[in-house]
Amino acid sequence: MSLAADGYTPKKVLVIGSGPIIIGQAAEFDYAGTQACKSLREEGVQVVLVNSNPATIMTDEDVADFVYIEPLTVPVVERIIERERPDGILATLGGQTGLNLAVELSEAGVLEKYNVRVLGTQIESIRKAEDREKFRALLDELGEPVPPSEAVETVKEALEVAEQIGYPVVVRPAYTLGGTGGGVANDPVELRRIAANGISASLVNQVLIEKSLIGWKEIEYEVMRDGAGNTITICNMENLDPMGVHTGDSIVVAPSQTLSDKDYQRLRTASLNIIRGLEIEGGCNVQLAYRPGTEVAETLPPIGDEEPMYYVIEVNPRVSRSSALASKATGYPIARIAAKIALGKTLDELPNAITKKTTAAFEPALDYCVVKIPRWPFDKFPTGDRRLGTQMKATGEVMAIDRTFEAALQKAVRSLENGRGSLLWEDRSWSEAGPPDLEPDDDRIWKLAAAIRRGKTPEDVSRITGVDPWFTRALARIVNMEKRLLSEDLSMSLMKSAKQLGFSDIQIGTLADRLPEQVRELRKDWGILPVYKMVDTCAGEFEATTPYFYSTYEQENEAEPLGGNRAIVLGSGPIRIGQGIEFDYCSVHAAWALQASGSKSIMINSNPETVSTDFDTSDRLYFEPLDEESVRNIVENEATDNDGDLDVPPSMVQFGGQTAINLSQALGVAGLPILGSDASVIDMASDRGRFEQMAARHGIPQPPAGTARNAEQALQVAGNIGYPVLVRPSYVLGGRAMEIVQSPTEIVRYFESAMRAAPGQTILIDRYLEGVEVEVDAVSDGENVLIPGIMQHIERAGVHSGDSMAVYPALSLNESEVNTIVDYTARIGRALGMRGLMNIQYVITGGGAYRGFGAGRTPSPNGSGETQVYVLEVNPRSSRTIPFISKVTRIPMVRIAVEVMQGRSIIDQGYTPGLAPRRNLVAVKAPVFSMSKLTGVDTFLGPEMKSTGEVMGIDREYEGAVAKALIASGLYIQDNSNVLLSIADRDKADALGLVRALAKAGHTLYATGGTAEMIRALGIDVHEVEKRLAGEGPTVVDIIEDGTVSAVVNTVTGDRRTLQDGFHIRRAAVERRIPCFTALDTARAAVETVHAGSQAYNVLPLADYLEG
Amino acid sequence: MSDQRGDMYLVLEDGSVYPGRRLGAEAEATGEVVFNTSMTGYQEMLTDPSYGGQILVPTYPLIGNYGTNPADVESRQVQVNAFVVRSDCDEPSHPLSEWTIHDYLLHNGIPGVSGVDTRAITRKLRSRGVMMGIVTPRSDPAAALQALSAAPRYGEVDVVDAVSTEQAYEWNGGAPAPISSAARSSATQANEAAGRRLRIVVSDYGVKQNILRCLTKRGCDVTVVPDDASADEILRHRPDGVLLSPGPGDPVFLDSAVETVRGLSGKLPIMGICLGHQVVARAFGANTFKLKFGHRGGNQPVKDMQTGRVYVTAQNHGYAVDSNGLPADLRVSHMNLNDNTVEGLRHANLPIMTIQYHSEASPGPHDSEYLFDRFVEMVREMKDRTSAAASNGGASL
Ligand SMILES: Nc1ncnc2c1ncn2[C@@H]1O[C@H](COP(=O)(O)OP(=O)(O)O)[C@@H](O)[C@H]1O
Ligand SMILES: Nc1ncnc2c1ncn2[C@@H]1O[C@H](COP(=O)(O)OP(=O)(O)O)[C@@H](O)[C@H]1O
Ligand SMILES: [Mg+2]
Ligand SMILES: [Mg+2]
Repeated sequence: MSLAADGYTPKKVLVIGSGPIIIGQAAEFDYAGTQACKSLREEGVQVVLVNSNPATIMTDEDVADFVYIEPLTVPVVERIIERERPDGILATLGGQTGLNLAVELSEAGVLEKYNVRVLGTQIESIRKAEDREKFRALLDELGEPVPPSEAVETVKEALEVAEQIGYPVVVRPAYTLGGTGGGVANDPVELRRIAANGISASLVNQVLIEKSLIGWKEIEYEVMRDGAGNTITICNMENLDPMGVHTGDSIVVAPSQTLSDKDYQRLRTASLNIIRGLEIEGGCNVQLAYRPGTEVAETLPPIGDEEPMYYVIEVNPRVSRSSALASKATGYPIARIAAKIALGKTLDELPNAITKKTTAAFEPALDYCVVKIPRWPFDKFPTGDRRLGTQMKATGEVMAIDRTFEAALQKAVRSLENGRGSLLWEDRSWSEAGPPDLEPDDDRIWKLAAAIRRGKTPEDVSRITGVDPWFTRALARIVNMEKRLLSEDLSMSLMKSAKQLGFSDIQIGTLADRLPEQVRELRKDWGILPVYKMVDTCAGEFEATTPYFYSTYEQENEAEPLGGNRAIVLGSGPIRIGQGIEFDYCSVHAAWALQASGSKSIMINSNPETVSTDFDTSDRLYFEPLDEESVRNIVENEATDNDGDLDVPPSMVQFGGQTAINLSQALGVAGLPILGSDASVIDMASDRGRFEQMAARHGIPQPPAGTARNAEQALQVAGNIGYPVLVRPSYVLGGRAMEIVQSPTEIVRYFESAMRAAPGQTILIDRYLEGVEVEVDAVSDGENVLIPGIMQHIERAGVHSGDSMAVYPALSLNESEVNTIVDYTARIGRALGMRGLMNIQYVITGGGAYRGFGAGRTPSPNGSGETQVYVLEVNPRSSRTIPFISKVTRIPMVRIAVEVMQGRSIIDQGYTPGLAPRRNLVAVKAPVFSMSKLTGVDTFLGPEMKSTGEVMGIDREYEGAVAKALIASGLYIQDNSNVLLSIADRDKADALGLVRALAKAGHTLYATGGTAEMIRALGIDVHEVEKRLAGEGPTVVDIIEDGTVSAVVNTVTGDRRTLQDGFHIRRAAVERRIPCFTALDTARAAVETVHAGSQAYNVLPLADYLEG
Repeated sequence: MSDQRGDMYLVLEDGSVYPGRRLGAEAEATGEVVFNTSMTGYQEMLTDPSYGGQILVPTYPLIGNYGTNPADVESRQVQVNAFVVRSDCDEPSHPLSEWTIHDYLLHNGIPGVSGVDTRAITRKLRSRGVMMGIVTPRSDPAAALQALSAAPRYGEVDVVDAVSTEQAYEWNGGAPAPISSAARSSATQANEAAGRRLRIVVSDYGVKQNILRCLTKRGCDVTVVPDDASADEILRHRPDGVLLSPGPGDPVFLDSAVETVRGLSGKLPIMGICLGHQVVARAFGANTFKLKFGHRGGNQPVKDMQTGRVYVTAQNHGYAVDSNGLPADLRVSHMNLNDNTVEGLRHANLPIMTIQYHSEASPGPHDSEYLFDRFVEMVREMKDRTSAAASNGGASL
């Protein structure tokens, strides 16, 4: 029952976070959760926060009163509830994870047992929205149309239903993993095939046959309702990609562009009608399909007059990715208000945080156009299936704002950092005929532009793709401007029109045959400068106090220079594999540290999901692409002090990951100031040649290495330094393609493919050092370094640091190894003259590549000489592990770095240089992958990073910490499981320990031929399984799919064949969502721990571990 | 398109100049410059008579995306004096679209400017208040300013008379069919004999057609009468209720209307919308005043003082009823949450309800259409009571 109704206010509220970043659940929930915690505490409510993801602002100790970094499971959360006794729980802020967990807690009777009230939207409403049947029933009741559909269990039924509904139909398997087995059937023949697939893919052998609305407009409404029944719309959004492409994978504009007022109000009324029916108390996302325009309709089966104008597709009764986008697109803080509503406040009681004067009970008015483009991971996964459909594949997104759609679109494209740069990009293979098809994939928008460039009319393109002509015509206007820039000479008015259509100086330069810098100069001579306008929720109707700006080329500039002590923080752009939420964490803390030290912070970022782009995180926010042009423009716009004299604000490039670091050189060249390590220092650390010399000079060992431009050289270099070697292209090109290569034949193969990708490129060849990998984050003031702690990887070097499990402290390093690492780190900091953060990866050879951590820790040989420490890489910036290490050591790395940059030495700040004393705790960081969403992608661990997120397990002892890390990352092996092993020949010797441990732990073993032999040789029972899929009897894939085995160990060391052999095993395990270990070390750690201390772990607030 | 669109300017009375490209007719027009924050519904706005005498500036920058059509009109013609936008779409995309916004204005002889910084204009009006302006092809601001000062100022002339209907007519959903107030269509006479349908007279101060549609949808026969129709003239239509429509300008000009209301109050249920609401207020002795820059948009929060519920409303007015000095028997039924101005009144003991905002929406949220139900109920009750009284009287004879 609604709190508003009985005036009850809770004293202590449990907020559930969304856990690790995975595809479909990214940084937006850290943004929402953090905002909500603030909002609750403003009302004097104590907040208990639980999240397994350490790389979040919400798990900072000062965001909530009691922070738990623990696995998000019912038993764990029950223990938290038992300990904290909250009287309320907020379920709607932690994404689907938080929502499901809350429902499970309620079903398990936990909430009732400790009488915890669900705040805001009630469980029953959640059920009504999530359960397809209940939802359907409710909507019928409300008179809102849903697409006709029926659940069937046989192909025969499927055909019958399809006849009633009419072709085409979409087949949506019930409870499939990774949305596999679905599809669109245009006729009975196709349906037979797809339905058969779907039914077998479905765990319950059930598929939903639904009327296909492919080609209809896909529209979203973000709506809110309070306990008193007041309902408002925050924002509506129109997908450029019509129905059929997941909204998370669609280019989205706000507000809708092709709906008349009558259309708009029709859908608005429906959305509000639905949240009233669901009795939502808070935010809600409604997805609708609307009748397509004429051109598109022509290409679809005729739509009868009796058919409704729209269908309701789905409702998410919680804050979502879309609500984060809507918040950033309008300035309306949805999560903040939702939290207040959950406490029983009504919309009219709440002030509009932006204008301060008006109320929260209104609907934002936009006077600009917003464009969101998803960021896909296929640059990392060249082999992945790039086609887009009803299953989301994007890891992140960018947003851009401008006064025209064309400009916003082009700015968003610039923000993507996917190597395309602008709409001018074309795939080499398109050169003559143009793109082979216009099907939805990660290059769709470039394909559309390319097709129009080659003379297809926008209307043709719309008929083929279902994209409304309004959008394709906008693309045509862009292409037309390209043509003008190519043919006409560059006049002032042409330049102005180009800028108003969002053309970058680089684009104009390319087309008008000038250098970007020349274009910039010319532009400035002509006085064509960007102005900055404010996002104020009210289209200028009221004075706003928000410092939230976007650029455009018009008359009036609203962003007067901030003046005074200030610095610019360069953010990290879209979330992608290798550059995740951690860098937003660092950017946010940089902004706060500046404020703490009495200066103002100016944030630049293009990612709408983040805390850094929350309107009150920094003193001023520019929502802009992170490229040279827009950063320099912003610096120049801010470059006067309060008396109007020239006073250029310095930039911080260390916190926004590679994105920000990459801008350092451009800033350097432009002579713009950088705080902390400057451009030359950064270059010294990043440039292989320069760094090698430096390292040699200071006696810091590096792996023997060389470079090669052709196979012959490569064979020679590799021959000299000895196999195995690690090879990688000298510069990034659509996938790093870093590989460990065991033999000359493999080198040749690698070279052939590398040369195909980028002819004439240089290949870097390092000796692959088998050993323990160690990661260090440090802050350096040029004289001294401070090392909060050393992290030891569980997997030996060769598994990317981002995909390794990391343990703090470095439990099985001996004293001299630790000292060497501290010494090298200090030398590097001093030698490079680093000011600020640096991140170094070391590898220690000798003394065994695998060292146990637990009770049965393998003691490592002490005394130098026996083992050797090499430095693998120095990153002159913040890193993925900064949030982790800052949290488990309570040493605020970013704050210290910002102070250092402003001239306060480590000692002045009261810290003792060197390695900080270890805390009496153990913390384990484990990676989390999104492979089930990425069909066709191989999951094996290697030197290329593949994980999308991470979790942390923290406890007094290693056993508890690692157990929780495994649970939270889904790698926990239940007691007495059936485990399938398929071990590469090269690893068999190494695997003996693992096999014994598995048997000892009481697991039953299944194995493929060779592996089974080896196991039998140990005198251990094993079920041999057929490896060849063709083979008779149950195959490896069968026993995975039918659930016989609940964990898989499959290693890949060796040549391509070994790798390919295991591919289907690994994919099957992923689809089935069971642990799949491709590195022996991970598996061994998992088995040993679980055996050692099954379930024996603490559940405590972070503070207790730290103070214990 | 053949039409070559040259330079065009908006010049404000404070001398500021906003150069752009011609939109619509090549002509000059003056008027009070006002902004509207709705993101959709430009055609409904253009044809809303309440914009008579004004130059309209939508704050949404992309105008004309879905074109224009014969259906999205609220009156017989485009009513604004001129239209000023950030950009206009000459390739609209919508199944119903027939003309681009440019052609639409062109054929209606309405001038406009496209390509100006409408946010800059909005910010100026917000801080300085609404002001007069001129849309002109002349590149010489001085000349433009002269023409502007020569033109009549908004608020000094009565615009209502210009937008109201010449003579009474019966609304039949389509084109207005003029009638003599005496003879009425046999169909409606039959209806009335059956006593089923309700007859509503709408005083046209600048009525929006959707008000008429909302009434017919609820089973009313609607007769529209000129703004200056007297109480007797209205009563001669034997209505069951009267609706006083919205309209442009300052209510102080509407003395005759005020008289009419005085003549009707107590005799018939009355609903007043926007200007109609202000007329009722004046009729009972309340005062009205000019707002700094008015309320124009589809997102104004209004609180129903009875239920405490908040409604997001469509608004378009530059004047408001003063809450100080309200006569005792007028109760504030609705209030604006942004600036606490009066948004609705209810008479203490007479069947009179008024709202400052637009329950007919079009453009804007449909949340307040329920108010027409309330009005119609009010009318129905009254009718039943009187007819009951009549029949009782008959029986007692
Ligand atoms: N009946 C349908 N016809 C065509 N496309 C559909 C249909 N139903 C859903 N889709 C597409 O599938 C996508 C995902 O469906 P949805 O129910 O929203 O799942 P999710 O919970 O992953 O958001 C939608 O965004 C839409 O593009
Ligand atoms: N010479 C080497 N020997 C063994 N492993 C290596 C070597 N060089 C790199 N690696 C492995 O590859 C991973 C990625 O290499 P790195 O240079 O850190 O690339 P990135 O810039 O992506 O972090 C490292 O974390 C380490 O596990
Ligand atoms: Mg969805
Ligand atoms: Mg690395």
